[in-house]
Formats: sequence, C-alpha cells, structure tokens
Amino acid sequence: MALDANQVREIAHLARLAIDERDIPDYAENLSEILAFVEQLGSVDTEGVEPMAHPLDMAQRLRPDKVTHIDERERFQALAPAAEAGLYLVPRVIEQ
Amino acid sequence: MHDKTIAELSAALAGGDVTSLELVEAYLDRIRRLDASLNSFITVDADSARAAAREADARRQRGDAGPLTGIPIALKDIFCTEDLKTSCGSRMLDNFAPPYNAHVVAQFKAAGAVILGKTNMDEFAMGSSNEASVYGAVRNPWHRDAVPGGSSGGSAAAVAARLTPGATGTDTGGSIRQPAALCGISGLKPTYGRVSRYGMVAFASSLDQAGPMARSAEDLALMLEVMAGVDERDSTAADRPVPRYSEALGQSLDGLTIGLPKEFFGEGMDDGTREAVNAAVAEYERLGASIREVSLPSSHLAVPAYYVIAPAEASSNLSRFDGVRYGYRCQDPQGLDDMYKRSRGEGFGPEVKRRIMVGTYALSAGYYDAYYRKAQQVRRLIRDEFVQALAEVDVLMGPTAPTPAFDIGSKSEDPVQMYLSDIYTIAVNLAGLPAVSIPAGESGGRPVGLQLIGDYFDEGQLLNVADQFQRVTDYHKRAPAGID
Repeated sequence: MALDANQVREIAHLARLAIDERDIPDYAENLSEILAFVEQLGSVDTEGVEPMAHPLDMAQRLRPDKVTHIDERERFQALAPAAEAGLYLVPRVIEQ
Repeated sequence: MHDKTIAELSAALAGGDVTSLELVEAYLDRIRRLDASLNSFITVDADSARAAAREADARRQRGDAGPLTGIPIALKDIFCTEDLKTSCGSRMLDNFAPPYNAHVVAQFKAAGAVILGKTNMDEFAMGSSNEASVYGAVRNPWHRDAVPGGSSGGSAAAVAARLTPGATGTDTGGSIRQPAALCGISGLKPTYGRVSRYGMVAFASSLDQAGPMARSAEDLALMLEVMAGVDERDSTAADRPVPRYSEALGQSLDGLTIGLPKEFFGEGMDDGTREAVNAAVAEYERLGASIREVSLPSSHLAVPAYYVIAPAEASSNLSRFDGVRYGYRCQDPQGLDDMYKRSRGEGFGPEVKRRIMVGTYALSAGYYDAYYRKAQQVRRLIRDEFVQALAEVDVLMGPTAPTPAFDIGSKSEDPVQMYLSDIYTIAVNLAGLPAVSIPAGESGGRPVGLQLIGDYFDEGQLLNVADQFQRVTDYHKRAPAGID
C-alpha cells in the first residue's frame, strides 16, 4: 500500500500532528515502506484464530470503588502551560 | 571500586569497607569525567544522591540495611521521579517534573538505593540505536563511533562504562536486551506483569515491561527482587509472590534441556555473532545441559506484527500529549486545533511522528481488521508456538541481536532496517515471556549478547541458567578501554 501526499496529510490531521509541507514526501515514502513491510501479515491464514490483546489472556483485576487519592489540583496545575482559578486555559473555542 | 558488581558493593558496604557516600562521590566523579564523551545521562541529581547516601549510611548504622541500601543506581528517563525532570528523551517533556514517583522508583527508594540520575533513551522508547533522543545520540563505550543500542541505550552505556553499577530499563520490543547485548552487559525483560508499569511513560501498554540492567545475572536478581510485585495502580501487575531470586542461584544445570529455535540461526546473522553464540551453547553442554533444536515457524512474522500493534497502541497512548495539562505547548496558538497540531508536531521527533501515523492509519475506519485485528491473530500464533516449544525444553537460547553494534548514522535513514535489529527480541514481547541477554564474547571487537528465553514467571530459573554461565566465563567482567 503506497500512500500519496494527500493521504499523509489526512493521517497527520487525524493524529493532530502539524507536518511541514517539505517533509511530506519523506513521510509518504517511509510510511509506505513500513506498510509494505507489515503487509506480509496478509498472507498468513488466521481463519478462526482469536485475536490476542493481553499476553497472558488475563482479565482486568478490579478493586473496590473507593476514594484513595487526595486532591492535588494545585500541584498538578502548576505543571500546566496555562492555568487560572483552578481551570486549564486553552485558546478560545466559542465565538463571542 | 567502580569495577565491582552490585553484589560485591553490597558486601563491601555491609563489611564497613566503604560508605554509600564514598561510593556515590566516586560514581559522580566518574560521570563528570567520562560522560561528556558518552552522553549516557540526561540529568545527574548529585545533591539528592548525596542526601540519599547519607540517609542510607545512617540506616545501616541503625542495623536496618537491605542488600541494595546505599547502592547507587540510574533510572531510564521514562520512569517518573517526583520533582525531577522526566523527559522520555523528548522535547515534549523537556520541562516535565512529575508530581509523583513511578512504582519502581518508590520501591528502589524504600530499599535504600541511591538514584544518581536519569539516563538517555530513544524518544518515548521508540528506537533501537539511541539516536532518536532530543538530547543527542549516546555513544557505545566499546567503540565510540557505534550506537549503544536502544531504546535503553543510556542505561546500557552507563553500566558498561562503570558510571553506575546498575540501571533500570524498559523493554517493549527489545529495548533492554538489545542495548545490553551491544554494550556487553546483562539485562532482563521480566514476564509481562511481573513489574508494575505505574509511572512508566506508556509506549505500547500490552508489551511494555520494566527490568534491570547490570553487569551480572546475580545483580539482575538483586534488582528484580526490589522491582517486582503486585501494585494496585497497575491492573496488569501480576498478583503473585516475588521469589528471592538471588537465593535461587547456584543450582546445577545437570538435566537442563536447552532449545535452539532454528529460525534464530538463519540468514542475516553476522558470522562472528554466530560463532560466539555457538561457543556459548557448547559451554552450556559442558555445564551438563542437553541441547535440542526446536522450531518457531511464525517467528518471521513477529517484526511485522509488532509494527502494527506497537504503533497502534502508541498512537492511542500518546494522544494524551495535547499541550493542555503538562508538557510542551507551541507559541501563540491560533485556536484549539492549531494548538494540538503544532504542540504535537513541534514536541515530537520524526520517528515518534512516523509511529503515531502508522498507528493512526492502522486503527482508522476500514483498515482495523486488515491491520490491527490481523496482527493480534498472528500474535496468538507466535505465542502458541513459544508455549509449545517451552513444553519440550526448559529454556530457549539464541542470539540477542543479529549483529554487534552498528555505526552511528548507518541505519537512521531507513526505518525498516532499524526495525530488523530487534528481529530476535520482538517475538518475546508479543508472547509476554521473560528473557535475559548476557555477554557471550565479541565480533569484530564489539560485544555479542546471548539471549535466554524462559517460561512465564520463571525468572528464577532463567537467572540461574545465566548465572551458571557467568561462573565459568569472564565475558561479563570485561571492560571497554578508556574508562579509567
């Protein structure tokens, strides 16, 4: 499967990655090579094989649903690029 | 003193021959003098290390010391350390000082180990050469023009150069074993779930596993005893007792059956690597083991299956880096979408972006069954073949990597060639099995690693088999030149 420039732009958009226009041909080439490489999986007969999500086929362990963590909002928000009054700040999304 | 193993240093501390503070000063001095040419550390935490060493010495005075109390270690920069930069080798986290410790870090601190600093790595653990770090490439102590392997390349180089007696690594497709092999040290990837992943920056959650890197199998056992165990904060951490691995060493190998997967000895393996591995197998025969050929017919599918599953999981895990709560945010964003895209586009390096895009594509509408579901089916075939082989033999053995350390720059332009350097390690992650790499000689003056693969949660036997080899060989004691 060879990807063209438009497909690379679409994938980058889905992944929310800004890619420099000049780098698109390189990404198209690299991604096409990687996809061609993984395409050999298609030749394997996997009819009836159950997909394996966990290496030990274990189920998720559950724990009692009780509060175990203290509120550390100020400490966590000190790491944020922009926070104010207990809120994370992002560019305006609703028009005035 | 710097040439001693953790076990030897532990005995020296217990005997009063040296204090932890003296040890820490000696290693800090070595890092200061030698690391400029290796670049194995991203952060050295000298003041905290001295304070922790004093506390460890006081604890020993009180008669409250364990085997690792006062022992200096280094942490791959993927383990969250409270108030200490945890970059993951990425511009995205260059400004990130976590508000908590990873489970593994807390365990080492509770044992009294002293953290010297954080080691360099491929960005977000995506790489096999440690060239993909925003802090620059790490150099192999044995050959400064060669890579140390990756992604735990800083940890491997630091241990090989005796800048620390032990270090942590993480292994998603070979990232502990391959750099251990290329730097001539020992490294263990435990069974999936043996060590909690809490506080380890996630790459591919169904494959990631933390493990120890040190000079000897005995040291790996001492470190694993501290690292392993159940943790409520990681639902995949196995709830089963942690054996005293270091006390299970010293068992004879009489009657042990070793399986050699014929697929691990095929084309593409360097001649010197083949000779070194064959010589190691012959050594095991002299130790009383019997050798049998086994087959893992689907193992050639491991790398392609991995390069669907790992990028798919990575594309999901790394969606958390959005420039909102922590990490890098672009300058002057023009709206929310622009903020997401430019923060991620500028914060991630090229290989991380490639893998996110491969994963995004593989998971996108219409392609899921052809890629992700198919890869998970192949994953089961690979796992089942390992289970069948391990029903016939006690351990599997082969090379860790197809070649010794390659030169810096020689594969960085060709992702698929780079991926193939993990051809013997990746299948083990897909199966979730434990495996160790130990030094087994050299090829063209560069170290060769021998890989031993065991059954689920059989780290004890695996470490004993590795330790028996190290009792009759000295490969693991050899040091690179120019590190005095």
